[in-house]
Amino acid sequence: MSKTETKKWMLFFPRCECEQPIVYHLVKDHNLVVNVYRAKVTPNEEGYLVLDVTGTEEDIASGMEFVKTFRVTINETGIGVMRDEKRCTHCGICVPHCPTGALSIKDNKTRRVEFNGEACIECLECILVCPYAACASAF
Amino acid sequence: MKTYEQINDRIESGKAVVLTADEIMDYVDRQGIEKAAEEVDVVTTATFGPMCSSGCFLNFGHSKPKIRISEAWIEDVLVYSGIAAVDVYLGATQLRHNDPANMDYPGEFRYGGGHVMEDLVAGKTLQLFALSYGTDDYPLREIRTYFTIDDLNQAIMVNPRNCYQNYNVAINDSDTTIYTYMGCLEPNRRNASYCSAGQLSPLLNDPFYETIGIGSRVWLAGAGGHVYAEGTQHTGDCDRTSDGVPRESAGTLALTGDMKQMRPDFVRGVSLRGYGVSLGLGVGIPIPILNQDVLRRTCVRDRDIFAPVVDYSHDYPEKTGRTICHVSYVQLRRGEIEVEGKKVVVGSISSYFKALEIAHLLADEIRRGDFCLSKPFAYLPRNRASRPLVVRNSSHE
Ligand code: SF4
Ligand code: SF4
Repeated sequence: MSKTETKKWMLFFPRCECEQPIVYHLVKDHNLVVNVYRAKVTPNEEGYLVLDVTGTEEDIASGMEFVKTFRVTINETGIGVMRDEKRCTHCGICVPHCPTGALSIKDNKTRRVEFNGEACIECLECILVCPYAACASAF
Repeated sequence: MKTYEQINDRIESGKAVVLTADEIMDYVDRQGIEKAAEEVDVVTTATFGPMCSSGCFLNFGHSKPKIRISEAWIEDVLVYSGIAAVDVYLGATQLRHNDPANMDYPGEFRYGGGHVMEDLVAGKTLQLFALSYGTDDYPLREIRTYFTIDDLNQAIMVNPRNCYQNYNVAINDSDTTIYTYMGCLEPNRRNASYCSAGQLSPLLNDPFYETIGIGSRVWLAGAGGHVYAEGTQHTGDCDRTSDGVPRESAGTLALTGDMKQMRPDFVRGVSLRGYGVSLGLGVGIPIPILNQDVLRRTCVRDRDIFAPVVDYSHDYPEKTGRTICHVSYVQLRRGEIEVEGKKVVVGSISSYFKALEIAHLLADEIRRGDFCLSKPFAYLPRNRASRPLVVRNSSHE
């Protein structure tokens, strides 16, 4: 059996697919461990879901094939929170508020604020504290 | 010893030696102060951060028929029109009409005066709505039109207070989250925030106001500007280290410059949750290396600069005057300070990254011969303290 791995996905549900129990089937039929960061799935509206899936390469691939049978868009970068480089002033006021270090200052000489989307757990704290509206959510 | 004229001659001939305030210390360490003072002509300093006491005068030109504006809004943000017919003053902290402010606490304050200034400099089309009571010579009573900065006769930034010499480190001693102009402060000293470019900051490199004075040319968001007065609340008489570096906010500058020459990256609307709107502004100030003393003072390092840690839940609003302790900018830059034995994470609301960018941009302009210095024609007061507002119960108390 191959090693397990974890992938972060962002799923976009068009209006008509919002009633589908996709997560249930990912767990039950594709043996995936699912960790949902953030979801906005309201009946009769468009929806979004950002989640981690953990499983073997084969199970992740079959899970993805399954999701693709719906009219759901998978964004495999899985990033629902973005930092707009051009709007960011690199002030750093967001850094102590970010619980995972996804926003951080690595080089103390330039004091540039780096954003690492993979470490982001989408707590949305930076969106609340950024004075320059540089952080935004996809939904 | 050098004079302003000699320095400007070297700038004009493209020969000036210019370093930024974060490069100069190592240069002086290598070359020695004597040699460095002869070689270096200018040290550039800079800062970028929210500067609430900023605004601009705009002149629209006359419509046909004419209007003597008595009330006006740009993008629904109120501007002051108690001046001549089609002149207005737009202030950075003015909220947009109908902003719920803190009624839905903490308010978001998405758009206001600072954002209008950003949009103006970015060349966006903005809406003007103005009213008047009508006069014989200015009959029009209402106007709604759209304009860009290019349509205006003048757009002159006139800021009563910029570039605080040093600043508080804000912390929250209470057990609930508070929202301040220093950002969101979590309860029980869980985080802190500061606001200064430290060793790059203009007035920390000229602590006694020997070269930065009234009439000094400055780089204001990319435009050539100048210091037109001491800034409001300028307090030259302050607590200082033995080297003269202020240990509290101290000096300030009143700056002006032509907005038509400004760059949008350095004029940015600020939204502070639960507090309000402001303007993020970039300023660069060149320091002429007239002699060894001036040079020595530009060699100030983060480790020589201390900021007071102040509680913003009680001491600041109640003006108790209490300072918890002082911390150095080395600690602040590390992202963690120690306050009465407790480690506290700290963030900056002023951008060192952008300040560095400005210091380099200004250094390049001077090296190219595009930016000359001017000698102040008056100095900022060094011995004046700041007065509080006394609340009196009657006019003859
Ligand atoms: S608070 Fe906003 S502007 Fe400041 S560093 Fe973070 S993302 Fe950039
Ligand atoms: S959403 Fe939360 S985890 Fe992600 S970058 Fe912003 S503060 Fe950090």
